[in-house]
Amino acid sequence: MALSLVLLFVTGLNGKLGWVAAFFFSYVSVSFIAEYRRAGKPAAQDSLLTSISRFAIFLAIIPIASILATVISKGWRGLHWGLFTQDMSEATVNSPIQQGGMLAAIVGTLIMVGLALLFTLPIAILTALYLTEIKGKFARPIRFLVQAMSGVPSIVAGLFILSSIVYPVTGERSGLMGALALSILMIPTVARTAEEVLLLIPNDLREAGLALGATQWRTVAMVVVPAVKSGLVTAIILGVARVIGETAPILLVSGGGDATNVNPVSGPMGSIPFYVWNAFLLGGTEESTQRTWAGLLVLLLWVLILFTIARYISSRSQKR
Amino acid sequence: MTDTQIPARRELVTKPRRSDQFFRFVVTTGGMSSLIILGLIFAFLAYRGLGVLRVEGFGFLTNSDWSVVEDENSNIVSQDYGLAAMLIGTILSATIAVLVGVPIAVLSALFLEFYAGRKIRNILIGLIDLMAAFPSILFGLWGFLVLMPSAEYWAKLLNKYFGWIPVFDVPVPFFTRSPFIAGLVLAIMIIPICTSISREVFSQTPLDRIQAAYALGATRFAMIRAVVLPFGRGGIVGGAMLGLGRAMGETVAVYTVLNVVYQVNWQVLFGAGGNIATLIILKFGEADREEINALMAAGLVLFLLTLVVNGVANILVSRLGKVGR
Repeated sequence: MALSLVLLFVTGLNGKLGWVAAFFFSYVSVSFIAEYRRAGKPAAQDSLLTSISRFAIFLAIIPIASILATVISKGWRGLHWGLFTQDMSEATVNSPIQQGGMLAAIVGTLIMVGLALLFTLPIAILTALYLTEIKGKFARPIRFLVQAMSGVPSIVAGLFILSSIVYPVTGERSGLMGALALSILMIPTVARTAEEVLLLIPNDLREAGLALGATQWRTVAMVVVPAVKSGLVTAIILGVARVIGETAPILLVSGGGDATNVNPVSGPMGSIPFYVWNAFLLGGTEESTQRTWAGLLVLLLWVLILFTIARYISSRSQKR
Repeated sequence: MTDTQIPARRELVTKPRRSDQFFRFVVTTGGMSSLIILGLIFAFLAYRGLGVLRVEGFGFLTNSDWSVVEDENSNIVSQDYGLAAMLIGTILSATIAVLVGVPIAVLSALFLEFYAGRKIRNILIGLIDLMAAFPSILFGLWGFLVLMPSAEYWAKLLNKYFGWIPVFDVPVPFFTRSPFIAGLVLAIMIIPICTSISREVFSQTPLDRIQAAYALGATRFAMIRAVVLPFGRGGIVGGAMLGLGRAMGETVAVYTVLNVVYQVNWQVLFGAGGNIATLIILKFGEADREEINALMAAGLVLFLLTLVVNGVANILVSRLGKVGR
């Protein structure tokens, strides 16, 4: 402690963070020297790694805590019931907070994510089944490609939909295009999680099915897939959580409107991240800041709920 | 008792039934979809961007001039597309992210795997997994509002003590919205994925080797250095590269914290820069047909870059287990 104060003085660090850094350095060096004198070099090295790794996990956790605290403390003031019943068609981001709401954004997100799920589900599950049930010649390269696909930047997915469908075919941005872009990002997440749970199914089950004279198709449809139902739900939830906060592709391909639009085929469609983005970029007033953080809080709540359900399902299936 | 009916002898075949053949066909087709989608992404971006790439040639990657000059009737007089400034910006901020984020992530993984008690471990793993699910816009706005003031302070400190190193020098004392801060936000964003991959790799370390090291009287530090790190080296590097790929493609978080200016900027503490993804968002709104094609070409470069980085990373991670002593 005393040493950390000295360090503070010497280096000119200040503020809470400066104090934490100084405390860390002094703690590490003091414990290192103490261990060195008590038990020699190996013990001192051991204590060094212990304290550094403790500090690292501390550093990794700080942002999460800070993000949660910031969003909740700044967001709750902007919450009101109108948020879920009004849209922004008659209000700007700088209007008083009681006017306008996120209806358009929430409806848009629900429609786009739902459609994206519809496109993703068959493709992702077929991919997972190919990797675990058929195990064909191409299983290894396909697994590799699915992993590579999970690294495709979201903006590239947006550009792809723009170049392949929006410009040549429809000529108009719409929620459907947004859903297509989101499903590109969703497929790898769902496919990989589904593959993992399918791999956990003991081979005995498959062999039992085949031994009863079932065809492979019936074995998969009536034995394997029902056995991993909860795992597939987890996969879907993780996929939804992956794309629900995507902003960049929405900006490019779905236009992002302020009015509530339930028709995914025509007209721009908003989304929660788009709402936040707009309030952040166009605003600058007290009201727009409140809107931004209220939007983020709603988004965060979605993510938290989805994540908790996924954890709950997977922990329950582990116990069985 | 009536006479029992003996079922007809079943025909034994190794050839799949018709239904199975159909099933296998459908599943195989579905399985190929990732190949098809990746191929289509490449094809369409290349198709759109080819014109620009042909005009600019290799200069698309090496020139750092992105400008469209129009006369008063808004006819385009000349246009010039070179990606170098943004390419450098992409690599710069992603490198900062890896340099800051990976050590923290690897040490955290060591803590979770070898130091933490069971209960704390489960809670921390849950938190870090949750962080991986946070949307990027959340990181961006948090970085803008909360991280920026303190990061700016660190930047000034770095500049004060290490300003004699060219990278940490600044032409004008303007520290807000610099690549350094963008790098820090990206570092925080890649910590969860790096941590979980390193942790997975560490947990695969053969138990007998760990116990052998302890039996020889090793401390935990000596055991980690002699057994865990050599075994997990490939996995750590692979995890770091996966993080690099994530950091390169990030759009929204970088856009909110970085002062996106089209110029070559090596000086990480100075508040100007950008990356390819932010360039696309920035220019997209007012771009005409030709410039959009140029942006498609930029997207193609980004796509190939992340694909290569991710590919190498996945090979490194999956090759694990065959190496080590």
